[in-house]
Amino acid sequence: MIITSKKDFKDLEKRLAGKEKVFLLGCGECSTQCKTGGEKDLEEMVSLLEDAGIKTTGGVVVAEPCHIPLTKKELRARKEEVARADAVMVLACGAAVQSVAEALPDKPVYTGVDTLFLGNINRNGDFSEKCSMCGKCELNNTAGLCPVTRCPKGLLNGPCGGVDNGRCEVDNDISCIWVEIYKRSEKEGRLEEFMAVTPPKDYSFSLRPSSLLIR
Amino acid sequence: MKPLKETLLAGEFAVTAEVGPPKGTEITDFIEKAKLLAPFVNAVNVTDNQGAVMRMSSLAASALLASEGIDVVYQLTCRDRNRLALQSDLLGAHALGIKNSLALTGDYITMGDHPQGKAVFDIDSTHLLQMIEELNVGKDMMGNPLSGSTDLFPGAVVTPSSLPLEPQLMRFEKKIRAGARFFQTQAIFDAEGIKRVMSIAKKYDVKVLAGILLLKSAGMARFLNANIPGVKVPHTVIEELEKACDPLQKGIEIAARQIEELRPLCDGIHLMAMSAEEKVIDILARAGISAQSDI
Repeated sequence: MIITSKKDFKDLEKRLAGKEKVFLLGCGECSTQCKTGGEKDLEEMVSLLEDAGIKTTGGVVVAEPCHIPLTKKELRARKEEVARADAVMVLACGAAVQSVAEALPDKPVYTGVDTLFLGNINRNGDFSEKCSMCGKCELNNTAGLCPVTRCPKGLLNGPCGGVDNGRCEVDNDISCIWVEIYKRSEKEGRLEEFMAVTPPKDYSFSLRPSSLLIR
Repeated sequence: MKPLKETLLAGEFAVTAEVGPPKGTEITDFIEKAKLLAPFVNAVNVTDNQGAVMRMSSLAASALLASEGIDVVYQLTCRDRNRLALQSDLLGAHALGIKNSLALTGDYITMGDHPQGKAVFDIDSTHLLQMIEELNVGKDMMGNPLSGSTDLFPGAVVTPSSLPLEPQLMRFEKKIRAGARFFQTQAIFDAEGIKRVMSIAKKYDVKVLAGILLLKSAGMARFLNANIPGVKVPHTVIEELEKACDPLQKGIEIAARQIEELRPLCDGIHLMAMSAEEKVIDILARAGISAQSDI
């Protein structure tokens, strides 16, 4: 799931200076879960805009706004509402914002959220980052726990010297993932595997922008 | 003084002391401090943006000391440089007369004075040690031949007070296998952790310098406990400092006592005097390793 959080409305208001009418677009998947771009969040945005003197011409929660053809289709179905608006505000991740930009080449597009990370859902409204999509998975070397993401320094060969009673020196609220990897490997009888030095990460697998075409 | 590498390889007890490069271009004080220490230590250790606080580069600062004939331990972290920059700097270090390099991962960037910066960590300190080993045999990390190799004595860090200790010892052993020939420890205040470190070190014949930090007051000790990862000053030591009418003098006494206690266990000591470098001489004198001819 792509985790997003709302931008400060005061900043959005400044961005929209001079715009009288806005069309809103949300997301039925991730942003609904994150309470940034579901039905309720669009309603809330309508009233915030209204208080700021900006009218809303309409809005839609697209099931998956990262899906470009689907987003285009939904926007075509609301052609007139979109046409009446001076701008479209997207309450979904950066991928969604760019689907809209592609669908509407002549319309100013704004985002109302910040896109944070690929998150696991711990429970409703509680997310944490465990994978950073680095392009070359290290999990087979690390007992299924990712140090690339969960160690702030991305260390591949064990903990740094800052471990404090099993806690991370950078954020004392989280455990040192290397201590966790060590414990798990010990339990699995795989400690010896770790004595080999894991080579430097090959960043050529995470060159941007990435693309994939399945043939 | 005999240089660090020769001292350690001869099996003699080695002493190094840390000096931080200036925050600015005023180098007089930095050089004076290093010159003051040089007759008493085998090498002066130059830190690399320690605590993620931006200062003059450790390479430039190390080179300044090397040009004065001082043996330096050039510290290099992976926080601020990618693999190209690290190799370039190591080649440069050799060309500038630097003989020892200490490979560190580096304190995290949010701990310092530029918390909004991008931390690099392209490689880790284990890889950095492998890199030095490659450069020393005339190849870069991709195996491309170099026109002239480096001759750097590679060192690394181990934290014997880290809890749990086992994962730390695993990393320590990996660093040895990656080419580390000597280690300095994070500041330690008891002998337990280092005994375990030494039992591994002996297996591989690598040298370990125990980290001794000069405590200047009880307040400083409490600050270190709360803010510096891997440093644990025991309660009894804090009490000693609290009761002392001259806490700095007491700190010198404590450091000297630690040296005497650790001396039979390890291969040398690494002194961190935290801007009171001149006190290093007092500590060494008190611990009975003052005169140049003693070592």
